[in-house]
Amino acid sequence: MTIVKKATRDGFGKALLELGEKDSNVWAVTADVSESTRTHWFAEKFPDRFVQVGVAEQNMAGVAAGIASCGKMAFISAFAAFSPGRNFDQIRVSLCYNDLNVKIHGSHAGASVGPDGASHQILEDIALMRALPNMVVVVPADVDEAHQATLAVAQLKGPAYIRTSRENSPVFTKDMGSVFHLGKANVLVEDGDDIVIFACGLQVYEAMEAAKALKQQNINCTVVNIHTIKPIDVETIVKYAKKCGLVLTVEDHQIEGGLGGAVAEVLCEHCPTPMKRVGMRSQFAESGNCSELYKKYGLDAVGIQKGVIEAMKLKR
Amino acid sequence: MKLNIKELKLMANTIRQDIVKMLVEAKSGHPGGSLGMASVFAVLYFHTMRHDPKTPDWEDRDRMVLSNGHICPVLYATLANAGYFPKSELMSLRKLGSKLQGHPHRGNVPGIENSSGPLGQGVSQAVGMAIVSKREKKSWKVYSVAGDGELNEGQVWEGFMLASKYKLDNLILIIDRNNIQIDGTTDDVLPLEPLADKFRSFGWAVIETAGNDVSSLIKAFTEAQAISGQPIAIIAKTMPGKGVSFMEGRFDWHGKAPTKEQGDLALKELENERKLLEVA
Repeated sequence: MTIVKKATRDGFGKALLELGEKDSNVWAVTADVSESTRTHWFAEKFPDRFVQVGVAEQNMAGVAAGIASCGKMAFISAFAAFSPGRNFDQIRVSLCYNDLNVKIHGSHAGASVGPDGASHQILEDIALMRALPNMVVVVPADVDEAHQATLAVAQLKGPAYIRTSRENSPVFTKDMGSVFHLGKANVLVEDGDDIVIFACGLQVYEAMEAAKALKQQNINCTVVNIHTIKPIDVETIVKYAKKCGLVLTVEDHQIEGGLGGAVAEVLCEHCPTPMKRVGMRSQFAESGNCSELYKKYGLDAVGIQKGVIEAMKLKR
Repeated sequence: MKLNIKELKLMANTIRQDIVKMLVEAKSGHPGGSLGMASVFAVLYFHTMRHDPKTPDWEDRDRMVLSNGHICPVLYATLANAGYFPKSELMSLRKLGSKLQGHPHRGNVPGIENSSGPLGQGVSQAVGMAIVSKREKKSWKVYSVAGDGELNEGQVWEGFMLASKYKLDNLILIIDRNNIQIDGTTDDVLPLEPLADKFRSFGWAVIETAGNDVSSLIKAFTEAQAISGQPIAIIAKTMPGKGVSFMEGRFDWHGKAPTKEQGDLALKELENERKLLEVA
């Protein structure tokens, strides 16, 4: 069976268009990447509510703040490497401190952007956004979840960060009956209690594949999709950490400050549990296609299996 | 509320006296730009802008977006004198539990449109507001104040280009051209001249005016309101520390508060000025 693959950015773009159709208060702003971020569908239909600021991500955040202060909901879209990568101060003060209704869509995130190389592969954006007061952070696992997540953050009054990818990746959440509720993690595989894998973004599917392979070796995994990194689902994380007694986190992000960091913080306070983190280990990646990079840096199903076997050593 | 020229001069003096008292009480803050911009704020809030202190979130109000947030003592003092909140609150500046944060926080204070402090950010927000007003064919305008040192920030030039692209003739930006910034004169730190030409080359209309002179400011704002098809920069040449002899023109008074004794001396000078204004 061949699995359908689509990019999570498409789910965002489709949701943005729908929001624009439903609500004339929805605006979109972009920094010379309307097509790449899938904002062009909105722009073509609603030119009066679309603002093209040029290659100027700092100004983009501020302009959106100004628009939102007039009672609008504004979506800003650019490559995550530059927004939030380049405009952190503007996001912190103009958006978060003002507590304005601006949603930040960072596309082309992580090593998944591949051939563009390390300058464009932002691996620190979750850490940046997660530390901000008033911020919500979501990392959808596939195109349908990106669609649902975008609609969900539009229900909020304040700022939110949506992280998407350019890479076409497996579409699976809908078929599994997984429904997106902001802040509520989805348990996708519950095969046993040897270990729980907490994953986000494109690594969720990889983690499920890893679980499948590990089952052949009598290692029974639970896989949980932590699509909302902030506010994080403490209850579900603690529940499965207790049940399994061993935790692995997986993400296309530095292991510091991202999902791994967030889960570690939860566990330290609520339920200290042995854990390992799979992700980028304080390093830059390089050019290559997504699957090559995921293989090289251990972010694919095989890498995750290795991570699980490594982690199993922590379990007596 | 529209004051006449004599009343505006007196209001600027009142605002300056309030600034000195606030900073003495707070023991920190930025007197140079605050004192230098008192006339601009007096004219904006008591002559030029359409606003209603009793309805701070009136939808059709003109917006005032302070971009160089550190001169907020002048904005707070102006808002209090206009009736947005009681003047007694001015003495809480920078203190624990106060609405009047060291740099403005939107939502805390009636009349404050934006949180500011990190330089350059207000300009972009002003541009965003002006885009909304223009697209929705509203009559309200956006006034914004930026410091000359603030123009070192790249973000403002991103904003200037966009304002020009969208022909935001409802955006009037006042540059506090006081020639000082923290480390020295603007010429020494990072030269800005030819500033007017820079704005013109970015597609802006430029009006140069005397920023401490009420009549010149009224003329400049009237002229600015009549311009169409491009955003307007009013380069207001001001004296930092205006009205206090030992502060005037000195960059070292950019960001330190006067002591009680210095404050008393400053208030004495300002009170003398007031007496002259009253008999003029």
